[in-house]
Amino acid sequence: MGTFILIVPAVIFMLLFFIYPFLYGLVLSFQPAQGDWLANYARFFADSHLWRTLNTTFNLALPVTIINVALALPIAFRMRHKSRHQRWVTTILVVPITLGTVLIAEGMLAYLGPKGWLSQALQFVHLYDGPIRLTHNYWGVLLSLVISGFPLAFLLILSYLTGIDPVLERAAATLGANSWNRFRHIYLPLLAPGLAITFCLAFVQAFSVFPSAVLVGAPAGSTRVISLAAYEAAFEQYDYPMASAVAMIMGLAQLAVVAAVLALRRGFYRGPVVGGKG
Amino acid sequence: MKWLERAWSGLLLGTMTLFVVNIGLMVAAVATNSFARRWLGTWLPEGYTANWYLAAWKEFQLGAVLWVTIEVVGAVVLLSILIGVPAAYVLARREFAGKKLVVLLFLLPLIIPPMTYGIPLATVMYQAHLAGTLGGVILANLIPAAPFVILVMTPFIEQIDTNLESAARVFGAGTGRMFLYVLGPLLAPGILAAGLLVLVRTIAMFELTFLTCGADSQTLVVALYYAVFAAGVRAPQSVDAMAIVYMAATLLWLLIALRFVNPTQLVSRVKEHPRPA
Repeated sequence: MGTFILIVPAVIFMLLFFIYPFLYGLVLSFQPAQGDWLANYARFFADSHLWRTLNTTFNLALPVTIINVALALPIAFRMRHKSRHQRWVTTILVVPITLGTVLIAEGMLAYLGPKGWLSQALQFVHLYDGPIRLTHNYWGVLLSLVISGFPLAFLLILSYLTGIDPVLERAAATLGANSWNRFRHIYLPLLAPGLAITFCLAFVQAFSVFPSAVLVGAPAGSTRVISLAAYEAAFEQYDYPMASAVAMIMGLAQLAVVAAVLALRRGFYRGPVVGGKG
Repeated sequence: MKWLERAWSGLLLGTMTLFVVNIGLMVAAVATNSFARRWLGTWLPEGYTANWYLAAWKEFQLGAVLWVTIEVVGAVVLLSILIGVPAAYVLARREFAGKKLVVLLFLLPLIIPPMTYGIPLATVMYQAHLAGTLGGVILANLIPAAPFVILVMTPFIEQIDTNLESAARVFGAGTGRMFLYVLGPLLAPGILAAGLLVLVRTIAMFELTFLTCGADSQTLVVALYYAVFAAGVRAPQSVDAMAIVYMAATLLWLLIALRFVNPTQLVSRVKEHPRPA
C-alpha cells in the first residue's frame, strides 16, 4: 500500500486542473446568457459567421494532414535503417518543431513577403514577375501548418517504422520482392495502426491552429478558424458559456475524425510487428 | 527498374533538401533583418547594426519577459518532475483496479490540443482569480508537462531491476530513502532527459500561456506573438531581433537536449519499441 500514495498528487492535479475545467466548461456551455439550455449550440449552427469556421478549419486541417503524412511516409521509409546519416537527418528535420508557430509565421512574413528573398529570386530568374501572394491568405496558413506539422508526422512514422523488425523485410527480399513490393506487402500492413495514429495526431494539431491563422492568414476572412471564434467569444465578448460551447464543438469535431480514422483502420491487419522463431 | 528507383530517391532527396533549404533561408531572412540598417527590396541590407537588439530590449521589456520565462519554465520543469516521477513509478511497478483509466487520464492532455481544453481552463481560472498571475501560467503549463514526464519515465523505470529495490527494502530503507539512495541515481539520466524535453516544450508552448497570462506574466513566445501581431506599430527589425532571441533560447536548450536524448522522444512516446540489447 505504501508506494501507492505516490501517484495521488498527479491524479489529483489532473482531476483538478484538467477534468474539472473540462466538465465545468461542458456544463457552462448549456447555461447560455439567454435562451434555453441548447441556445449556444443553436446559435453556433444558425449564425453563418460561426458555423463557417467549422468548414474553414476542415478545409485547412484535412489537406494539411494529408500532405504531411504523404510527405513524411516515403522520407521516413527511406530513413528507416539505423546510421549516422539517420541521426543527422532527423535532427535537422526536428528543428522546425522548436521554431514554434509564432517564429515560423514571422519568418514567412520576412521570407515570402512581397520584398522577400523568394519573390526577388523568382523575379531574378524571370520565372514569375508579379508579386507572389503567399502570406495573409489561405496558402500562408497552409504552408505554415505544413512546416510546423511535417516534423511531427515524420518523427512519429519513423519511430513506428523502426519498431518493425527488419528481419521480415529481409525475408521478403530473399524471396525476390523489390523495394516497392516490400513496402506494399510487408511494411504498409504493419504500419497501418501507426499511420492511423499519426494521421489523428497530425489532424488534431492542425485543427486547433491559432497563432498562424492570425499572423500569416486572413483572420477576418478565409482563415477564420474555429479556435479564433472560441477565443473571440471568451476574450472579446466575455461570453464564457458561448466560448465553452465552441470549444466543445471543436473537441467533438476532432473526436469524430479520430473515431472515423480508427474505425477505418480496423479493416487492416492487426498483429505482432516482430518476427518470431517457429 | 533500376532507374525508377534512382529517380524516386532523387525526388525524395530533392523534396527534403527543398524543405530544409527554404526553412534555413526563412530563419536567415529573419536574422539578417534583425541586423539590418535599411533593407528595402535588395538582396542584402545597406548596412549592419546591433542597435535593434537594444531597441527590442527596451521596447518589449525583454529583460522582464525573459525573467518571467525563466521562472515559468523552471517551476514547470521542477514541479512536473516532482509529481510525475513518483506517479510513473507507481504505473511501472504496480497493478491496480482502474489502472487503464488512470493511464487514459494522463494520455488525454497529450492527445487533446491545448486550444480545446485551454478555453474552459482559462474560464475557470478567471473565475478563481488565478488567470493573469504567474502561478496560473505555471499551473496551466503543468497540465501537458506532468503527463509528458509520466509517459517518458514509466518505460524507463520498468527496465530497472526490481531486485535492487527489494534489496534496499531488506536492509530497512523506507520509500523516501530508497528513492533518494537507490532509484534516484539510477533514474538521473531519464529525469534529465524528461526535464530537458519539458523545458523545450514549455518555452515553445504558446496557447496555454496566451490564454492564461496577464500583462506582467507573459513568456517570450507570447510577447513575440503580440509583437508580430502589432507589426505596424514597431520597427520590423526589432520584432525580428526579438524572434532571434526567442530562437536562440529554444535552440540552445534543444541542442543540449539532443546530446542526451534521441530526437524521436521529442514527440510523446505513443508506443514502446523493443530495444536491441
